[in-house]
Amino acid sequence: MTTTATVPVLDLEAKLELYRVQVALRQFEKRAYDLFLENFVKGTSHLSLGQEAIAAGFAAAMRSDDYTFATYRGHAHTLARGVPMTPVLAELMGRTNGLMAGKGGSMHLTSVEHGVMGSYAIIGAHLPIACGAAWSAQYRGTEQVAVCFFGDGSTNIGAFHEALNFAAIWKLPVVFVCENNLWMEYTRTTEITAVPNPAADRASAYGLESIIVDGNDVDAVYEVAAAAMTRARAGEGPSLIEALTYRHGGHSRADPGKYRPDEEVAEWLAKDPIPMYHARLLTEGATEAQLVEIELSVAAEVEKATEEAKAGPTPGADLLMKDVWADGGSAWRN
Amino acid sequence: MAQLTFREAIARGIAQEMRRDESVLAIGEDIGAAGGVFKGTVGLFEEFGPVRVRDTPISEQAILGAAMGAAMTGLKPIAEIMFSDFFAVCWDIVVNEIAKSRYMTNGQMTFPLVIRSGNGGGLRFGAQHSQSVENWAMMVPGLKVVVPSNALDVIGLMAAAVRDPDPVIFLEAKALYASKMEVPDGDIVDTLGTAKVLRQGTDATVVALGAMVPKALKAAEELASMGIDCTVVDVRSLVPLDTKTILREISATGRLFTVEENPRLCGWGGELSSIASEEIFYDLDGPIVRITTPHIPLPAADALEDMAIPSVQRIVATVSQSMNA
Ligand SMILES: Cc1ncc(C[n+]2csc(CCOP(=O)(O)OP(=O)(O)O)c2C)c(N)n1
Repeated sequence: MTTTATVPVLDLEAKLELYRVQVALRQFEKRAYDLFLENFVKGTSHLSLGQEAIAAGFAAAMRSDDYTFATYRGHAHTLARGVPMTPVLAELMGRTNGLMAGKGGSMHLTSVEHGVMGSYAIIGAHLPIACGAAWSAQYRGTEQVAVCFFGDGSTNIGAFHEALNFAAIWKLPVVFVCENNLWMEYTRTTEITAVPNPAADRASAYGLESIIVDGNDVDAVYEVAAAAMTRARAGEGPSLIEALTYRHGGHSRADPGKYRPDEEVAEWLAKDPIPMYHARLLTEGATEAQLVEIELSVAAEVEKATEEAKAGPTPGADLLMKDVWADGGSAWRN
Repeated sequence: MAQLTFREAIARGIAQEMRRDESVLAIGEDIGAAGGVFKGTVGLFEEFGPVRVRDTPISEQAILGAAMGAAMTGLKPIAEIMFSDFFAVCWDIVVNEIAKSRYMTNGQMTFPLVIRSGNGGGLRFGAQHSQSVENWAMMVPGLKVVVPSNALDVIGLMAAAVRDPDPVIFLEAKALYASKMEVPDGDIVDTLGTAKVLRQGTDATVVALGAMVPKALKAAEELASMGIDCTVVDVRSLVPLDTKTILREISATGRLFTVEENPRLCGWGGELSSIASEEIFYDLDGPIVRITTPHIPLPAADALEDMAIPSVQRIVATVSQSMNA
């Protein structure tokens, strides 16, 4: 626990990439919201607007063969691991060119080839599953790490506590990341939680260090992430990190989030991770032109992905009965 | 050849697969040095060590979550849920996570895992440690469900379950743990989705599962002495279901009796009788009759439990009454 992991210092190029990823997540989510209002995206969607620094910072600290476990609020984590926008958007729209050909939808984004081992929509369930992937990495001796993201509200379900204890006793290479955006759905988390910091204040119960990071500062996120990954790879066991952040919009769909006080929203909008990073990069040697160039190229990427996703065919009956079993079929009798 | 108990057969089946394949691991509460609460894993810890045979905390969600995460990343875990009633505390992982994830991800993931569990009554444990839950598992798309009725099948079906690329719920009838039979030496590998005809008759077909199989066989003997000659089919695998064998045997006699330990509503026999009515209705010579545990939680007292779970006498009485009606 006391390892002072040496975290590689990010050069300007790496920081510009962190900026690009955050801008991509931001613009993608805004487009997903518009497409939801236009009824292209059906069902539901949970956006990470305002929480981009966490996804970007962690993904940058991960090895390409590490595992991501996300929740239904998983677009950002999926894209941050390098999954292209088109299949993600097409999945939201229920098209065959979607990441899972439309069979999973917004809440279940998965791309095994990118290490995105699923997005899970039953609160807390993926924490034990991430333990399993970490156990497997430990057994196979691959030094892979599983990183598992969840919200503040998820710290009150039993699976959270089972997983933390399990990971601690088996010293599993897993990093648990609580994205504390202060609200579960429509209830303030502190009102329904015994401690003020829902993750960090529970860490000691599992023999873990209490770690809180500014989740709107991508550099800070990257640093705690890299340190936790290093500990995990070195066989020093799990970490539990609480990243403080805020969602700019509502919980899901078109929720306007009116239950939140205006001053609180304003305070956090002022701490928006992206303008903050934009300003910092200018002081660290980037030019305005470089940053604008990034923003424009991302905008073009979103535009292209939107067109490609819209052009994707809707799935046919051939997909319906496929892939219940490993043989590709769904037969339950002979 | 050796005399083997059902519980010894569990350990032998697991050991056979662990010797063959290093990616097969076993986890569960007290399964290590203690050898399992039902002594179903005796000897594994000694042979394979604490890394491959691992004790867990009392955390059923963590046990099955770990199995799922390990399976999706290349291992073949065998996880134990001590009593199948305890599935209720980790059913999310089974039903929402393990069973759905292959489909939801458009086939990106496979889950080659086995979940073993002590199932059913007869041990006077009371309602929370006695239920027969095969019908819970059977109704979930994405799960295979195996219920062996003897030591030989335990070994062969365990091997088949471990080698199968899909998640298999392997239910071990607690009432059979002490039962014994001659089992050949050497590797034994069976096939999932195959029913077995254990007795061939001409008058009625009795289809049974797990702990009900030996009772059905005994009942068939008594019925024979009363002049009713029964076929007995051991279902063995609820998913996939060997409807070919089962329907053929029902058609041959024209009568179907199911013997089910699960409580009546939505028991596997209900599904089977619906299939038979749809597909071989005109081969039937009389009503389909289900012999089940009534729709009650199981009582603890031996006198009451014996009344609840189908008995040899109840099978004999029900079949003979219906055949003579
Ligand atoms: C077991 C379970 N209970 C309830 C829900 C409904 N639900 C979906 S999201 C959510 C709030 C979760 O809040 P939090 O963990 O803080 O994550 P956030 O949505 O803020 O990212 C709830 C209650 C669920 N999906 N699963």
